[in-house]
Amino acid sequence: MNIDSINTGFVIDHIGAGKAMALYKLLGLDRLECPVAMIMNATSKRMGKKDIIKIDGDIDIDMDVIGYVDPNATVNVIREGKLVEKRDITEPDELKNVLFCKNPRCITSTEQELPHIFRLTDRKRRIYRCIYCDTKANN
Amino acid sequence: MKNLINILDLSVEEINQLIKVADDIIANPAKYNDVCRNKILATLFFEPSTRTRLSFESAMLSLGGQVLGFSEASSSSAAKGESVADTIAVVSTYADIIAMRHPKEGAPHVALTRSTVPIINAGDGGHFHPTQTLTDLLTISHEKGRLGNLKIGVCGDLKFGRTVHSLIAAMSRYPGVEFVLISPVELKLPSFVKQDYIKDKGIPYTQSTSLDDVIGDLDILYMTRVQRERFFNEEDYLRLKDSYILTEEKMKKASDELIVMHPLPRVNEISTAVDSDPRACYFRQARYGKFIRMALIMDMLGVNV
Repeated sequence: MNIDSINTGFVIDHIGAGKAMALYKLLGLDRLECPVAMIMNATSKRMGKKDIIKIDGDIDIDMDVIGYVDPNATVNVIREGKLVEKRDITEPDELKNVLFCKNPRCITSTEQELPHIFRLTDRKRRIYRCIYCDTKANN
Repeated sequence: MKNLINILDLSVEEINQLIKVADDIIANPAKYNDVCRNKILATLFFEPSTRTRLSFESAMLSLGGQVLGFSEASSSSAAKGESVADTIAVVSTYADIIAMRHPKEGAPHVALTRSTVPIINAGDGGHFHPTQTLTDLLTISHEKGRLGNLKIGVCGDLKFGRTVHSLIAAMSRYPGVEFVLISPVELKLPSFVKQDYIKDKGIPYTQSTSLDDVIGDLDILYMTRVQRERFFNEEDYLRLKDSYILTEEKMKKASDELIVMHPLPRVNEISTAVDSDPRACYFRQARYGKFIRMALIMDMLGVNV
């Protein structure tokens, strides 16, 4: 399997195995026109198995989304083929319009101009809940 | 500005203070009959309710204040498609405090973003109903003389019963509490409620599908209705419904010190023959609801006596 090294863009590395697809969707990578490579179940000395996403394009990446899916992931910023920055990922306290509440009884189901906001309510168990109805977010 | 959306917005100390004021209102009602003069409570009920709305209105009138509002969405601009936020923005210019009930969960949270006056959540769908829980706590405090060291049985629909979830959350903060969870398997307490408020706090609990087996051990029996529509099939409903009906026969097995509570409305889950038993306190409980709401309104308006 050959995947070209990228010129300008990002490598999201050390994603927990199986989580890359959720990240791909939440980051909206399916809407990009630049090349995106997703490697799943790659061998990792540290993790056993991991996922990697390579994006060959200078785009805005929402680090909070990465922190939500996997706070242990790493982000390498590539410029002209060289690693220029490693960004730290942390779990965000709040996510706005990233996740959408699916509870049909939630006020957001009828008042559609309301922002969908999920807040980290249990750091130990990594549980995010809708700020309106407390419904738990599912990846 | 104070608001009350969830019972856990209040600390144990704040709840104890509200109970203390409610106790004084019960003992000396005349002292309070004019303390909210020139204050207006808006009761915005986007879905019908009998006890809660009338209890709020009676509470405000007994404090010398005035009330305005609507009792169903069809008689408000919500029927024309107005958002909760816009309704609240307008009403908060007409009233000093708002009590609102809405069928959608989280509606009071939206109200907070636009209100310039305190908001009391008078029930948002199956989510929270904090003034019912305050009512329950005042009832327990009065009837048992304490809020700790109690064995509390909650019976019936523990899955969808918001009053039960809030009561467990509130009571789990008092020492020496033990829960007995009595329900059919289909309607047992959701795991997140059990985890957050019982297991994580190391509170002792037992589960039973039989009210008969455990009623003799309880200090408090909190009844809720097992609703036909919660069952997947009629057979299960018919098989289970009678086991959660409190009868005179079952009351014979209970302690003389037991109190029976119910948030009301009662349908058939407590036999009317039990009403005359001095241990049945659900109608007294409804009365306590007015006094705790009086204490709450005063607190949120910053009125001291």
